[in-house]
Amino acid sequence: MTIEQTQQQIIGEFSIFDDWMEKYNYLIEMGKDCPIIETQYKTNNYLINGCQSRVWLHASFDGNIVHFSADSDAVITKGIVNLLIRVFSGHSPEEILKSDTTFLDQIGLKEHLSPTRSNGLLSMVKQMKLYAQIFQLKANQQVNE
Amino acid sequence: MEKKLPFDIRAVRLQFPALDQLVYNKPFVYLDNAATTQKPRVVIDRVKAWYELENSNIHRGVHYLSQQGTIAFENARQTVANFINSKSSREIIFTKGTTDSMNLLASSLGKLLVKEGDSVLVTGMEHHSNFVPWQQLCVERKANFLVAGITENGEVDLDHYTELLEKKPKIVSIAHVSNVLGTINPIEEMIRLAHVYDIPVVIDGAQSICNQKIDVQALDCDFFAFSGHKMYAPMGVGVLFGKEKWLDAMPPYQFGGEMVNQVSIDETSFNVLPFKFEAGTPNVSAVLGLESAINFIETIGNVSIAAYKDQLIQYALQRLAEVKGIKFIGNPVHRASVISFLIDEIHPYDAGMIIDKLGIAIRTGHHCAQPIMERFGIPGTMRASFAMYNTFEEIDIFVAAVKKAAIMLS
Ligand SMILES: Cc1ncc(COP(=O)(O)O)c(C=O)c1O
Repeated sequence: MTIEQTQQQIIGEFSIFDDWMEKYNYLIEMGKDCPIIETQYKTNNYLINGCQSRVWLHASFDGNIVHFSADSDAVITKGIVNLLIRVFSGHSPEEILKSDTTFLDQIGLKEHLSPTRSNGLLSMVKQMKLYAQIFQLKANQQVNE
Repeated sequence: MEKKLPFDIRAVRLQFPALDQLVYNKPFVYLDNAATTQKPRVVIDRVKAWYELENSNIHRGVHYLSQQGTIAFENARQTVANFINSKSSREIIFTKGTTDSMNLLASSLGKLLVKEGDSVLVTGMEHHSNFVPWQQLCVERKANFLVAGITENGEVDLDHYTELLEKKPKIVSIAHVSNVLGTINPIEEMIRLAHVYDIPVVIDGAQSICNQKIDVQALDCDFFAFSGHKMYAPMGVGVLFGKEKWLDAMPPYQFGGEMVNQVSIDETSFNVLPFKFEAGTPNVSAVLGLESAINFIETIGNVSIAAYKDQLIQYALQRLAEVKGIKFIGNPVHRASVISFLIDEIHPYDAGMIIDKLGIAIRTGHHCAQPIMERFGIPGTMRASFAMYNTFEEIDIFVAAVKKAAIMLS
């Protein structure tokens, strides 16, 4: 599935919720899901410090696709982290760099990426793009060598 | 629920336009008063009237409006002096707020008193604005920064405080009321202990000014700082009270217009108190708004307000205790209108988001007091804080929301 297709799929899942409570319950359920980062990466090196909640992000690259894993100490934040991972992980750096997070607007969660929230999510998205950029550079270098 | 109220709470609420609104389509419940209070109509009207009819620069014009403005401004200074019972309006410096007052002191009093190898003493429950300026002063001067410990109940460890006083710090600066724990510190005693060594004591009154009657002469503190916006007045104005002998001895903090007497190319002589510490055009409308807020508080009565807020706090503590897994952060014997808590392993940010969606404003996070978070080994708390316009019904709504959040998150 492309990033765009995954985003459309999520928008579809969220369209069945009538109110914020159902939406939040769903996020909480997703947030409670199994740990999405390996414990060895849940360290200060991988920490993105938000003022309100903390996010850990790890990225790896096999030469073709980027694999992200992440976690948060707040469960609602973690639910959204989960969505972001689902959307962006397993794609090429090019595809990641091309896409955006407007799907969060469409499911009414845009406020969570606002800088005033300082929950680490906005920095997480920036960090994911940065990883993609670095991996793309690396891949290009290898091609040129 | 029959409770004898010291004033007509419904009439008071009508004075605060911001309380009368819907948030997410629900009646707005505002319990973030330790961050800032809402403003009564008299304060809003006073600010408006200044800009509509009276606006002019003060202390520097012979024209009519400037003169009237100067008189109004200086009257407000006298109102503040009376409000905290200082000896003279010369001891009242208008600042931007508590933070600004503390920076003034760390810079100016610091320059006067603190040299290499000296020390400054604060407590472990300070707001960053009464912590970082002193800490940075100490770094700059190569002085020692002493921090009195906090007990498990969230009170200053007075034995430790007394022990640290024996190191003869040059300045002691302590919060009257903790913005996280709600603790009312025994500052009378703490001031008396410091004065045994002739150490000047600064009181951070940001949270106490709207909570009880302040009498700086009875307290015998050397400095007392507070913010207007936490006592129903506009943002952008605060007060630094200082004993005249100290203010006279201290060097100016900022330089510019207003605070000078004579300026030539070779030298400058400085204005008398309080103008020596008020460089530049002040926030006149906010100062006049502060005066209106003081009058408003005094009309209702400081003692009545304190008594009512105490009823609210006792009721909130009792109702919150029903919540399964709740843990209060700080159980001080003397508590002002602040309650911090956690529920089991629930992250305060998660609970805060759900409570927000229910139309209730509380604060989550570290409340600009990371040292005390570290002391208790927690990332943050949920904090509810009360003002004169809050009601028992609002507490019921709040407790129901906390219970709902707890169910959703566990
Ligand atoms: C105890 C305490 N000190 C200082 C401050 C800083 O006040 P201001 O931001 O108005 O300067 C606050 C405000 O939160 C406070 O609660």
